Amino acid sequence: MNARQTPIPWTWRRRLKVGLLSILALTAVTGTIGIVYALYPRTLPQTGPLEARLLPAEIERLRSVSDFDGIADPASRSVAFFEEAGRVLQHPRCLNCHPRTDRPTQTDAMRPHMPWVTRGLDGGGASTLRCSTCHQAENFAASGVPGNPKWKLAPIEMAWQGQTLGNICRQLLDPTRSHMTRDELLHHVMEDELVGWAWHPGGNRQPAPGTQQEFGSLIKAWLETGAVCPQ
Amino acid sequence: MSFALSVNGQAHLVEDDGDTPLLWILRDRLSLTGTKYGCGVAQCGACTVHLDGQPKRSCSIPLKAATSAQITTIEGAEGDEVRVVQAAWVAHDVPQCGFCQSGQIMSAIALLRHNRRPTDQDIDLAMSGNLCRCATYNRIRVAIHTAAAQLGQST
Amino acid sequence: MSDLAEKNPRTLLTRRRLILGGSLVGGALVVGYVATNPMQVVGAILQAGGGDPDPSAFGPFIRITADGWVTIVNKQQELGQGIHAGLAAIVAEELDADWDKVRVIDARSNVRAYGVQITAGSNSIASNWDLMRNAGAAARAMFVDAAALRWDVPADKIIVRDGIVSHPISNRSATFVDLLGDASRQTPQQSPVLKQPRDFRLIGTDRVRRKDSLQKSTGAQVYTQDVQRLNMLVAVVAHSPRFGGTLARFDATDALRVKGVVEVFAIETGVAVLAETTFAAIQGRAALRIEWDDSEAEMRSTDELTRYYQDIAAGRTDVEPSEFQATGDGPETPFDGEVAEFAFDFPYLAHAPMETMDCVAEVNGWDVSITSGAHLATIDQVQAALTARTMPGKVNIEVLPAGGSFGRRGIMSSDYLVECVRIAKRMEGRPIKLIWTREDEMASGYYRPMSHHRVWVELGSDGFPTRWRVHTVCQSLLPVGPNLTATEGIANSPYFSTATTVDGKIFTPAFPVIVGFWRSVGHSHTAMVMEHIIDQLARRAGRDPADYRRVFYEKAGDNRRLAVLEELCRRADWDKPLEAGWARGLAIHEAFGTVVGQVAEVRMMEERPVVRRVVSVVDCGIAVAPDQIAAQMEGGIGFGLSAAFYGEVTLQDGLVQEINFRQYPILRMNEMPAVETHIIKSANKPTGMGEPGVAPIAPAVANAVLALTGEATQRLPFLNRDARNSAGFSV
Repeated sequence: MNARQTPIPWTWRRRLKVGLLSILALTAVTGTIGIVYALYPRTLPQTGPLEARLLPAEIERLRSVSDFDGIADPASRSVAFFEEAGRVLQHPRCLNCHPRTDRPTQTDAMRPHMPWVTRGLDGGGASTLRCSTCHQAENFAASGVPGNPKWKLAPIEMAWQGQTLGNICRQLLDPTRSHMTRDELLHHVMEDELVGWAWHPGGNRQPAPGTQQEFGSLIKAWLETGAVCPQ
Repeated sequence: MSFALSVNGQAHLVEDDGDTPLLWILRDRLSLTGTKYGCGVAQCGACTVHLDGQPKRSCSIPLKAATSAQITTIEGAEGDEVRVVQAAWVAHDVPQCGFCQSGQIMSAIALLRHNRRPTDQDIDLAMSGNLCRCATYNRIRVAIHTAAAQLGQST
Repeated sequence: MSDLAEKNPRTLLTRRRLILGGSLVGGALVVGYVATNPMQVVGAILQAGGGDPDPSAFGPFIRITADGWVTIVNKQQELGQGIHAGLAAIVAEELDADWDKVRVIDARSNVRAYGVQITAGSNSIASNWDLMRNAGAAARAMFVDAAALRWDVPADKIIVRDGIVSHPISNRSATFVDLLGDASRQTPQQSPVLKQPRDFRLIGTDRVRRKDSLQKSTGAQVYTQDVQRLNMLVAVVAHSPRFGGTLARFDATDALRVKGVVEVFAIETGVAVLAETTFAAIQGRAALRIEWDDSEAEMRSTDELTRYYQDIAAGRTDVEPSEFQATGDGPETPFDGEVAEFAFDFPYLAHAPMETMDCVAEVNGWDVSITSGAHLATIDQVQAALTARTMPGKVNIEVLPAGGSFGRRGIMSSDYLVECVRIAKRMEGRPIKLIWTREDEMASGYYRPMSHHRVWVELGSDGFPTRWRVHTVCQSLLPVGPNLTATEGIANSPYFSTATTVDGKIFTPAFPVIVGFWRSVGHSHTAMVMEHIIDQLARRAGRDPADYRRVFYEKAGDNRRLAVLEELCRRADWDKPLEAGWARGLAIHEAFGTVVGQVAEVRMMEERPVVRRVVSVVDCGIAVAPDQIAAQMEGGIGFGLSAAFYGEVTLQDGLVQEINFRQYPILRMNEMPAVETHIIKSANKPTGMGEPGVAPIAPAVANAVLALTGEATQRLPFLNRDARNSAGFSV
């Protein structure tokens, strides 16, 4: 014990010296950095007038019924009406909710819906994860989630994804699959608010071409000219 | 504008823009902070509450659309399902960071109210709208099965 | 009671602090001690001018109260990894406390009291193992001494179990509470006797459970996002959409018209909008008109950067490499014999913790008070002091549990915390809660850096490497010093053991995209490089991937990897074939001192891998909390799979394309495989567990895909940008 105690005064002084020096050095370094940082000049802009930048919106048009007057053959004209209306039917806004599986797609790229949702018994989602968990009666700008009071999937018999326009046409005309008479079909495309959503999808979604009115007129003209389907 | 809300059985009069997400009303105006902000775009489920018993993402409901419903948050959730779910969550040490768990639990409670004996597939269907970045999914699954078994015993 | 304490009670307190504390500094009396301990010096400087934490007779980490509760003060940050329970268990083990009467509170930032508070590198258990054991054992000894005095029996005949101190010979016993007064007056022993690991009764058992599960299951846990203060304003900040961009001009007219918006001003990182509520602030920000100065900004797209990296690795740019490993003949010697070539590309990855970045701060004169999930509390404290131009000791951080971090909150620049202090400084006297939206978080950088690896392996006639050449291109995570994290996991790999020459070069390009620490850091890509190459080489040599690995480990004398490999093959039924369409993939990687092996069971479905089960074996030294080790393995695998399947942050003309979970999907319930975790029994000091589970899963899956399809994986994620959102196959 004595042997260990003897050098204490020396160690003590040495420790003190080393300690104070390192404290001083560290303080100096920290202080210098702090001062340099504090005095580093910066100027920040103040608010001032700036023009709002509006993004040009691209709107796709539909051809009107009269644009097809040049086609003399009623059958050909009927097909032409349906093909023009097909630009709406096969638009992502419509196809996304006419999937051929139980899972809808989303976005213009028609990617599978995230999260994983299924149609459920009524097309409104599984009983434990309903469409209405996220989708409300209106598009909601704050969350970017689209909405409609009727938000749900088309029945599986009305799957359009992966179908030719001709097949979609025959599907529409088949009451066992479309569950609609021709009158009901016309009323559906002209008046239905979920169909109408396709032209008011909210957010930065590309709306379906034309207007619901123009689309309805094309369908009406197609039905009136014999409802001929493309191949 | 002012809106009448019923949250956890209590009536509130809230003065705010009708397009404010319910999430921020609950958190900032009513101090019900158990409901979390995770993404704001209905992708993560951390903000799940019940409207008339149905799970909803409160980030995606405008204040004006929530006035007619009975709103339940994690703070006010009650009943057998709540009790067994929370007990199972503790028994299996489900949470890691815990931030998503209010939402997970609100979804799990709704699942068990619809389906007393959910299969793995049922759990996937009900719970895949709730993200967990810590990936506690396997424990959530086990805890839901445990809770369901508890419910089966008690009824 | 010792003479020393009777003479000078202050000396007792000081001694107590020195023995029980993290690095406590008393007064002038212990200057000598301070001088020889650099941490004491740092502590003294950092806490100068600051208050003392509330003192306890049992040191800063242990409080025992008359109601029977033992409260452990957790100096690390709880961000999901369960560190609060791990550290508490270590203390409780040595203290022999009743685990059911142990609770945990989080320490504020205070270097003087707790030592350096940095939660990083999966080392919270490893680096506090001795400290916590000593703290517990010293407190235990105080109870033993108190009982020995009271009962007048020798201390070494006294035992402690579950908070009960007893002397079996005389059949006397007392609780901690009974002895509390006497024990707190005892002099702590400088080197208390620690238990032998074989005598552990709590550590390593399933009794070590989280203490926060209840509050996290009832919505009661308070996170920074939930903090409310009287008179508080919520701030959101408009940041430059491009890395390196700066604010040129802005117009706040419309923003100030939003109801609830109180203030709009420029700060160093953008334009701050302050409002009474979060949503008003978000709306106010949306109404700002801003012009950014992109003259110094990164304007390139990911495709260009990928080509740039490939050019760098091929030596076609002016980015000069430095050697990270050079053994044998040197790079000039030409290859001789069969050479296998490999190339890998890895993307930027965002952390996406469920709780976005947030912080509450108030500046009052010299005092700065902060509430945040401060990951690197000590660094955050210094950064906050520099920002507010005060002394670090005047910065008081209340550390809250974070809703995840995965490295995002562990930022040396303390970016969002500093941003909050800047705003609070400007609004002196008013509490400010800074909230980042998900979009802010994902576009903010500090990404796992993108990287490109080119590897050449010269093979001997036996099919084993005789020579390795590795060229890695990766930004550095630190502004100075060697770029070590880019090659951790490659440098000194056991797979170099059969080679005579290893030539490893790292190219470190620098440009404005901000990179940072991301759960498992460099291992998040290097494990894929090494483990996927080894499987390809094994196939080339016509060897079983497990047998092939064994040769390297034996040659390298790597007994831990060998033990993990053997256990893994046994647990995963490696030798038994799976049903048609399924295959196993194996990977073993060491990170942060922990060896993890994983076998994934995989099938292909519409050209993407689906994983149904992962068997994991881990050697992390003494397993403190086995159930939390399993939890970290499950979480690590889920985290690693998210990255492997989908994880990719891309730039288009410098703009981040993945800004929310819509574009940056993470694994969901229906995609999570079953996970089994087996722990190798060990008497070594514990090593980390938060990160090592992440790294092996991508190569395990890639190796299974290789077995199924014969195709090697050259880039991650497995799903490209178009296919990425086709998530959701159920296993």
